[in-house]
Amino acid sequence: MPDLLTLAMGGLTNGAVYAALGLALVIIFRATRVVNFAQPALALVCAYLAFTVNRATGGYWLGLLVALVAGAVLGALTERLLIRPLRSRGNELAPVIVTLGLLLVLQAVCGMIWSAEPRSFPYAFDFRGAFSPASVFVVVTVVVVAGAVLLLFGATPLGLRLRAAALRPDVAGLLGVRVGLMLTIGWVLAAVVGALAGVLAAPPFLSPTVLDTVFVYALTAAVIGGLDNPVGTILGGFVLGVALSFVSGLLGPELVTLAALAVLVLVLSLRPHGLFGSSVARRV
Amino acid sequence: MRILALGVVAVLLAGCGGAGESGDSAAGVRNETAGVTDTSVLIGTHQPLTGPAAPGYATISKGAQAVYSYVNDGGGIHGRKIDYRVEDDGYNPTRTVEVVKKLVLQDKVFALVGGLGTPTHSKVVDFLTAEGVPDVLVSSGALAWDDPQGSPMTFGFQVDYTREAKILGTHIAEAMPGRKVGVLHQNDDVGRDGMAGLDRVIKDAIVSRQPYDPANADVLPQLTALRQSGAEVVVCECVPAFTALAILTAARLGYKPQFVVSSIGADVTTLTGLLADFGKRAGAEVSVPALLSGMVGAGYLPDVDSDDPWTTLFKEIHAKYIPDVALTDTVVFGMAQAYTFAQALKEAGRDLTRSKLLAAFESGKLEGPGMTPFAFSGESHAGYTGAYVFTVDSEVRTNVVREPMVTDRGDGPVTPAPSSRKTPAEVALVG
Amino acid sequence: MPALVRHLLWALLALVLVVALSLVIDPFTNVRLASVGYYLLAVAGLTVLTGLTGQVSLGHGAFLFLGAYTVGLLVIHAPALPIWVDLLAAAAVSGIAGALTGAAAARLHGPYLAGATLALAVGLPAVTQRFPELLGGSNGLGFTVSSLPPGLVGVVPTTRWQAWVVWATALLALVVLANLTTGPLGRQMRAVRDDEVSAALAGVRVGRTKVLAFLISAVCGGLAGGLQAFLLGTAAPGSFTPALSLALLAAVVLGGTGSLWGALWGAVALVYLQAGAEEFAHGFDLPTDVANFLPQAVYGVVLIVVVLVLPNGVHGVLRKFSRRRKESTV
Repeated sequence: MPDLLTLAMGGLTNGAVYAALGLALVIIFRATRVVNFAQPALALVCAYLAFTVNRATGGYWLGLLVALVAGAVLGALTERLLIRPLRSRGNELAPVIVTLGLLLVLQAVCGMIWSAEPRSFPYAFDFRGAFSPASVFVVVTVVVVAGAVLLLFGATPLGLRLRAAALRPDVAGLLGVRVGLMLTIGWVLAAVVGALAGVLAAPPFLSPTVLDTVFVYALTAAVIGGLDNPVGTILGGFVLGVALSFVSGLLGPELVTLAALAVLVLVLSLRPHGLFGSSVARRV
Repeated sequence: MRILALGVVAVLLAGCGGAGESGDSAAGVRNETAGVTDTSVLIGTHQPLTGPAAPGYATISKGAQAVYSYVNDGGGIHGRKIDYRVEDDGYNPTRTVEVVKKLVLQDKVFALVGGLGTPTHSKVVDFLTAEGVPDVLVSSGALAWDDPQGSPMTFGFQVDYTREAKILGTHIAEAMPGRKVGVLHQNDDVGRDGMAGLDRVIKDAIVSRQPYDPANADVLPQLTALRQSGAEVVVCECVPAFTALAILTAARLGYKPQFVVSSIGADVTTLTGLLADFGKRAGAEVSVPALLSGMVGAGYLPDVDSDDPWTTLFKEIHAKYIPDVALTDTVVFGMAQAYTFAQALKEAGRDLTRSKLLAAFESGKLEGPGMTPFAFSGESHAGYTGAYVFTVDSEVRTNVVREPMVTDRGDGPVTPAPSSRKTPAEVALVG
Repeated sequence: MPALVRHLLWALLALVLVVALSLVIDPFTNVRLASVGYYLLAVAGLTVLTGLTGQVSLGHGAFLFLGAYTVGLLVIHAPALPIWVDLLAAAAVSGIAGALTGAAAARLHGPYLAGATLALAVGLPAVTQRFPELLGGSNGLGFTVSSLPPGLVGVVPTTRWQAWVVWATALLALVVLANLTTGPLGRQMRAVRDDEVSAALAGVRVGRTKVLAFLISAVCGGLAGGLQAFLLGTAAPGSFTPALSLALLAAVVLGGTGSLWGALWGAVALVYLQAGAEEFAHGFDLPTDVANFLPQAVYGVVLIVVVLVLPNGVHGVLRKFSRRRKESTV
């Protein structure tokens, strides 16, 4: 009998990372109706910066802080320089390709600076034990951050403006909301969450393509949960993490990607907008 | 419509033969002096410089280039500078075929040296055979390269996974008798050929076999299963990153098996680099010495820590040409491979041809950096024929516990390797 | 002149041009020429799905995977079959998979479809691990396809012949594609892309149109994969990563969404952008890590710049150009 508890706990930690990166995707999707394919690369740059700071200082927390700040800057730059020019175009494909291009560029830049060799990246705390301090830190951080993001959106004036700018930019603009600024803030917020996800996902080893798989599962989680629903996405991330850990442990690791596909097909054939997504087609 | 019908008929006529029926294969060397001038010789290779397989392999060609620079600065081989062209295939077989066709058909390289990877290189062997291009020192321990009849142009380099596993299995049987053995293996020929070797020696002791996929870095399920099977010894047929993952994951589970690692994953310098940061935050019990001490590994090239004359030479070359790159077993691999090729060029003589290069390989005169002899002869194109076994002590230094042994890929015995081998001074490549 | 005849004449002209070109270029450039041919087919298929019908697929590589493995398996296990039978089988297998995917995806929109198709591209190649005996595990299949008619052995170099076969097949498929998309089906597809509700009101069967679009594009993808296997003699999971699917989609946009001409520019970009960037990187005395990653960076920058600066892709620019010239001559 396999050790189900260990598998579940391992899956929960993986799932937390999928949830965090998925949350970043959802925030951007809600703000600008764009699936940000550059998300793993933005997070990667931040994780590498954290790595460099860690190496220089021997600590962990300053690196994390630098990563979050870098995430904010990168998010703002991406929105202003690459996404905003596409807003008026109403073309679904253009932002997909631009963010893909950014993914390639940023991954390449990381490879140029830090080489393709894997770099060891520390955990925040002791990683030993089925539910180690490091795992607890990951799960708790993601849950707390997700809660904070939900609060921000649901219960603050800024959140109201953010939602208004995303859903009804014309009306929001008439009512004095600075729509452009709100969209930038949405991207900044998402990129900071993404940077956090990157730093949490990086251990033990960091290399230029290490977050690609995480991104695929994060997108899967977001699609399962509903791309415009943060709660659904976070649940989706945790459920997917645990499910894939069980598949790997009980059926074989080669079936993990197929299992993700199966889950996705099953969910989408029942609910084309994810489990918790709103099915009203909104075109902005 | 008539034109359409005509088109269809044309296509049908064009492909009337069976697609899988091989025509007359004109095996043999062609274009004897392609890529050779009086002052240079052009060689090529395909390596994963970017993409998911680049971590761990991208430094091989850096080591090789350093040796070629060293040779060239010493005047080259028979007055010829070696021009080493590295093509990035991203470990994608489609791109491997494209870049190798480019190297052969467009750049017209003299030989392909050290093409890396089984899924990749296996797709170009037939092409290189048909084109009559020497395909030497393949960077993979698969058995397929040793086929002098079917692919006469191809020669292996590193010890194959089966031979090596037989030697590790013998060590386990003798040094750890009666213990339960689990295997963590990559789900390709690295794992498959390795397990074939283990099965020849310690089949009955194996209690669990866990595959991992290189694209999936979560090996917690596999280590959990190994712990539950009661395995006291875990044989790791893995690349270095997954050896490190396995060791870390075992520490995470509080599982303390005896790790026995095949040569491709037992690079202590790389492992030390990968594991360095974890003790700082989780205490001395997961410091590098604590994690690695006691690990058993196999090797076939001189150890970076040893005072072997070859190591001394490689350290000199490293310090002069690539001081920024950490001197790992991977870099030494590239260096030893390049040195062996340069040696074969020298052996082939001043009037260099492809046939003479192949003859130099089959002559059996190549001896060098490796700790065991090559199998190279007219009958065998296998590379190194064995390995030594080492353990890691509490100061993360390696100690040989089993002197170099040789064996075959079948049921033959494991026997001590000849103790003498040429030194760099005896090979006297340059100067 | 009926559309079919016109398209066939265009295709014949193109084939003549390709054959002429193949005679003057070296053997390796013929390999590149053939690569442009099969990528052209794959990108054209995706153009029908994504450009014409508005279904963003991030998983088109899965259909190339199916086509390549079908040809590989047939070459190895049924060596007596001629290559055109293998290619038809590749088209059929991939077409069935495309119809199934289309049926499953008909209700999906935008990013949900994108996510599901991406999961397809990631998941499907894993079946090779599940059936390693048949599909070769991560090593995949390696084989040599012999197709040169006995009379031509020694007369026509292999790579030149391969370029002819690839282009003849691709052009034939393109004729079919052009005929379908300029006819009523093409109008229905555009209607579905522009507004599903209005299309349905106008009597277009939206679901059926989407499934057909998937089917057509999958047949093209399967054929392209089969041609790739024919050309390169390999079918391995490492060749059909999500990166391939994303590169195909990028090629659609680079060339110009929704036009079969655009597919040509996209295919040329797929083959020559990487190669050109590598030559460029080799041309400077750069540190190894920088040189290794420069091609990828260049590719990314080109994608970004093209989308930002040329909203209608390369074809859009050319069309604008030719229109201006026409106006100035009139």
